[in-house]
Amino acid sequence: MIFIPEKDNAMYETNKNRLTPLSPAIAKGGKASRLILPLVVLFSVVLIWFLVSFFHLFPAYALPSPADVLKSFKEEIASGRLFNDIVASLWRVAIGFTGSAVLGIPLGLWLGQHAAARNAFVPMLNFFRFLSPLAWIPFAILWFHIGDKPAVFLIFMATFFPLVLATMSAVATIPKIYFRVAKDYNYKGVELLTKVTFPAVLPQVITALRVSYGIAWVVIVAAEMVGCQDGLGYGIWEARNGLRLDSAVCYMIVIGALGMGIDRLIAQLTKLPNVRWGYES
Amino acid sequence: MKVNYPSNHIKVKDVSHAYGELPVLHNLNLTVNHGEFVVLVGPSGCGKTTLLNLLSGHIKPSSGTVEREGIIRTVYQHDGLFPWLTVSENISMGLRYITNAAQRENELRELFQLIHLEGFENHYPHELSGGMRQRAELARVVAGESDILLMDEPFSALDYQTRLRMRRELIRLLEQRPRTVVFVTHDIEEAAQLANRVLVLSNRPATICRELQIDTSRPRDLTGSDVVNAMKEILNELGLHAT
Repeated sequence: MIFIPEKDNAMYETNKNRLTPLSPAIAKGGKASRLILPLVVLFSVVLIWFLVSFFHLFPAYALPSPADVLKSFKEEIASGRLFNDIVASLWRVAIGFTGSAVLGIPLGLWLGQHAAARNAFVPMLNFFRFLSPLAWIPFAILWFHIGDKPAVFLIFMATFFPLVLATMSAVATIPKIYFRVAKDYNYKGVELLTKVTFPAVLPQVITALRVSYGIAWVVIVAAEMVGCQDGLGYGIWEARNGLRLDSAVCYMIVIGALGMGIDRLIAQLTKLPNVRWGYES
Repeated sequence: MKVNYPSNHIKVKDVSHAYGELPVLHNLNLTVNHGEFVVLVGPSGCGKTTLLNLLSGHIKPSSGTVEREGIIRTVYQHDGLFPWLTVSENISMGLRYITNAAQRENELRELFQLIHLEGFENHYPHELSGGMRQRAELARVVAGESDILLMDEPFSALDYQTRLRMRRELIRLLEQRPRTVVFVTHDIEEAAQLANRVLVLSNRPATICRELQIDTSRPRDLTGSDVVNAMKEILNELGLHAT
């Protein structure tokens, strides 16, 4: 008897499909084209930017040239300010985000399993979810004054509610069959939670973490524009005050690149062998 | 709950069940003996799965009593394995009560040999074919100390040839590890090939309208006269006979 796992079949299928190339550039192999195509787009955007500023389609004070931005990059790096701001922002996001994950995921698990609690709390959670975190800025400053705390608080408020709700609805969609099987094998209480419920929602929780990290990173920039003396958001704010748009663009590039980079890091979690099932149809 | 019935493993007495206004089972009586392989067949939607859920204790009957002894485990049509555990970890669920690690390892190795899945210990269920997954499920339910196996159309999601193979595997598995089995299927061929006793259920509200004892030894040839005759009788009972 020979059993061919479905996976092997699937791999064979995709290999077969690859034999019909879409275009000569892509046919050279998936990996190369995945790198080349985005670089082509990036290069084109920079080129357009360069041309627009070269021909003075906008006045120089409204659109800095690539060369100006590069110069300000060198300045910011040399003075150590950029590095300092990056560390400050990352620190605030890390604390606020970890706090909301540590509190939000267990609360979501609990709500997912208790229909009565769900009924009671979901409207309130939804209400807070739709409040822009920036609406909390006055309170953040009044309650926590200046420094890291107001920014951390805003990050927490921005990510806590979506995380709770996402985890909760993930629990609600766990197939009933898993709980029946769990009962057959005597999983109860805490063990049921850690060995069945949690692993069953983990793929969706990782997705929720990525989404709410994205929110956190957007919010940190706005949060640091008030009540902070450093950080990437503060850097942009200060550039605006000094009419240094070259410095603002330099900070924007750092924010975007760091945001993408950290998202890629979190995305690595989806490669864990015990969550792969959640991403394969 | 544990009442001693030396030879009765499951005893269903005067059980009726309704979902709201909809009566599903009517005054059903059934005893299953130790080591018996009972197959329930009947028209679709007649309450076979409801009966199985009553036996497993997932639902309580509207009236009547269900008594059963020992550890009960269920094999489902599909997706019964935990996708976040490897095949080996899934099967180990059935061995959780064994505290001695070496003994557990031994037992696990034996089970893998029994179901011919050696080499797939560290694969995840989604990496296996449907037949392999069901074999892993069979290994899990016979692992360790189970007494009664409930099977809810365990092979019906598989292709025909795999289904034939799985019947043979199940018979072989039960020879090595005898268990009491209650097996629900809509596949009459399957019933005739596997059962010691076939119970034909009527339309809803279901009651047992026919009991059929099949005494020939297993494995049975699909085209053997005993199997063919049993199939004829079941078809007759279900009103599906050609004439």
